[in-house]
Amino acid sequence: MKSPLAAFVCGLLFALGLGIAGMTRPEKIIGFLDVTGRWDPDLLWVMAAAISVTTLGYRWTLRRDRPLVEAVFHLPKLGSLDVRLIAGSALFGVGWGLGGFCPGPALTSLVNGLPTVWVFVLAMAVGMKSYQWMSRRGVPGTASRQDA
Amino acid sequence: MLFALLNGRVLGVSGIVYGLLDRDPHESGWRPAFWGGLMSGGLLLLLVYPQAFGVSPSRSLMATAAAGLLVGFGSRLGNGCTSGHGVCGVSRLSPRSIAATLTFIATGMLTVLSINTWFGGSV
Repeated sequence: MKSPLAAFVCGLLFALGLGIAGMTRPEKIIGFLDVTGRWDPDLLWVMAAAISVTTLGYRWTLRRDRPLVEAVFHLPKLGSLDVRLIAGSALFGVGWGLGGFCPGPALTSLVNGLPTVWVFVLAMAVGMKSYQWMSRRGVPGTASRQDA
Repeated sequence: MLFALLNGRVLGVSGIVYGLLDRDPHESGWRPAFWGGLMSGGLLLLLVYPQAFGVSPSRSLMATAAAGLLVGFGSRLGNGCTSGHGVCGVSRLSPRSIAATLTFIATGMLTVLSINTWFGGSV
């Protein structure tokens, strides 16, 4: 099965990119979000570079009939906005500014063994599990939907 | 981008973590493999560029735990995080992802502003 190997290589490259760009240091993230204080624009350049490469890469990739190691593309549908999307993203942003971590950099940083990172990742898993629990209990607004 | 070319999927780290927590036995092992790649990348960085890592002195363990809960819950409710919406979704010009990215950057900025204004920059 080649698909896990390809996923492994993507994970490795992604981790290296995040680390080299400084995105695994929460100070950099907090600095970017601190627009009214000592603003650090680096994350903006990182995002701009990543989006440019990905935009061009997707154009070329999605012209193909199928991906290289799987039979079909599995892409989220381009849907319309809803309250869930905005509410979820708003909460995500509060957590991002509060901790200075988002999921990718936090996972990549686990290897350095710092308690802060482990606490963040465990709490993140608890947050995801509680969402799942609410969703399965049928709490309004938490029915499952596939995006990114 | 490479992930779409090879495996035909949009890469989203929060979705991958969520998938690991609730495993589907019919899927190939691409999620654990991606996670292994991230860990190996982290290890490589630790060996050759340890300055890549750090924690913020202005954030307590309690604040970090609360942040983790919000990030975990919010990324599921909003179906994506910085990689899935911010990079992959925006690159596909997905209206949902563009709205999500603008929203989390805005609330992130407001959060940092509030911490700096009312808590002297440390929580």
